[in-house]
Amino acid sequence: MIAEILFSPFADFEFMRRALAGCLALALGATPVGVFLLLRRMSLMGDAMAHAILPGAALGYLAFGLSLGAMTVGGIIAGIVVALAAGLVARSSILKEDASLAAFYLLSIATGVMIVSLRGRNLDLLHVLFGSVLALDDASLLLISAITTTTLVALALLYRPLVLECFDAAFLRGVSAASPIAHYGFLVLVVLNLVAGFHALGTLMAVGIMILPSAAARLWVKRLPTMLGLAVVIAFASGIGGLLASFHADVPAGPAIILVTGIVYVISLILAPGGMLGARLDRRPHLES
Amino acid sequence: MNPRDTILELDNLTLGYDRHPAIHHLRCRVARGALVAIVGPNGAGKSTLFKALTGELKPLQGQFLVHAGKEGIAYLPQQSELDRSFPVSVFDMVAMGLWREIGPFRGLGRSQAERVRAALAAVGLSGFEARQIGTLSGGQLQRARFARMMLQDANLLLLDEPFNAIDARTIEDLIALILQWHSEGRTILAVLHDLTLVRQHFPETLLLARECLGFGPTGEILTPERLATARRLAGEFDATAPVCHRPEAEAA
Repeated sequence: MIAEILFSPFADFEFMRRALAGCLALALGATPVGVFLLLRRMSLMGDAMAHAILPGAALGYLAFGLSLGAMTVGGIIAGIVVALAAGLVARSSILKEDASLAAFYLLSIATGVMIVSLRGRNLDLLHVLFGSVLALDDASLLLISAITTTTLVALALLYRPLVLECFDAAFLRGVSAASPIAHYGFLVLVVLNLVAGFHALGTLMAVGIMILPSAAARLWVKRLPTMLGLAVVIAFASGIGGLLASFHADVPAGPAIILVTGIVYVISLILAPGGMLGARLDRRPHLES
Repeated sequence: MNPRDTILELDNLTLGYDRHPAIHHLRCRVARGALVAIVGPNGAGKSTLFKALTGELKPLQGQFLVHAGKEGIAYLPQQSELDRSFPVSVFDMVAMGLWREIGPFRGLGRSQAERVRAALAAVGLSGFEARQIGTLSGGQLQRARFARMMLQDANLLLLDEPFNAIDARTIEDLIALILQWHSEGRTILAVLHDLTLVRQHFPETLLLARECLGFGPTGEILTPERLATARRLAGEFDATAPVCHRPEAEAA
């Protein structure tokens, strides 16, 4: 009975297995990037960049229809342009980065929706906004896995400079020229993973698989490596849970996955040691020193 | 002065933001191995000077030369620039002082880990290795930053208000470290506000108030007249200030 509920959807249907593989790749690549977004206090920036990808993908769509390559390249270019432009505006005007990002992403999403509706049908717009994790073809799966592989290698190479850049950028600038490499390399990783997430979950929810598992993990553990591991586990488990919920209850898969991560997050928020009640639930006596 | 004995030369250096100078036409030579206090009211341009020396800020005019050799400069910015909520242990933070040896990729050898522990012991933080930096008090964090600076093993040390909001006992320990670095022949420039401390421990003083009001032996610089001038000058800021035409030759 339980086996039937948990395993047979994946055993019987190929599209479920593909969706599962997509979720695993996203959990391994996008979620660790999300942990750093969260720790750098850039969660909202991630959200803004996710929206910024839309007009690029939409231009690709306008030119070539629902073509994977065109929409990916368009999305990556638009994301990087907006990330750089927002940084430039913040440095060379009196606006702070959050204000300039908000301006860019509002413009981006309006432009994007406008472009898609120029050519398209509502179905296409829904696909772009909410993704199609249950309809991942070979090319999309390959793309997502390739981005994940790139991300893991890049994070391994950037790990030390990136950690320093996060908590003491002034020190990193003092000892090495790696500071801009860490900063911009990280932004490129964010854009790449948002594009990967965009194919599965859509522009509006791609950032969910990055931030929600990271926030939940942050509430439970104190050390960065454990946090990265736990966030990946939460993201993949939520992927499985969301796909099963979608299968059995016949609801859209993308929102189901994000809602399951949301449930994990809310439970963590209440019960975890870093959460609202967690610290009060700890009734152990205090120590000598 | 023999150029080999000079570690830092400021030549008509003007620094500022938006064409408004924070420091005008600064000109001085710091001898190798000097222990210099930089004194002046808030807004006198002290932190700005450090930003220029570390390459973060381009001079509006003039130039400076640093002869710090391959050991280079170590810079301790004001405390607020560090994100204490980031999950990293005291040991890992201090070990980053070995960046010149381990770079972005290499692991920490056994002898290097031993040196990190020795540096922690030297600042009185033995036993804190596994603690998260977020759990340290302000004074303990400053001790950790001094330990990291010790591992950087630099020739020229720039300390920006290292004793802000630090208790007397910690200041005493950290001053002892600075004096030890001085005795090892390193050059130290420290921005300080506590004049008693400066008179007690720092042989030389640079008095700034948006321009140089004197550089030399502390006793000759920290006179009541000069300090009063410093207070008056630092307060002046004119948003509609005219372009400065002071000829380079007469600027001192």
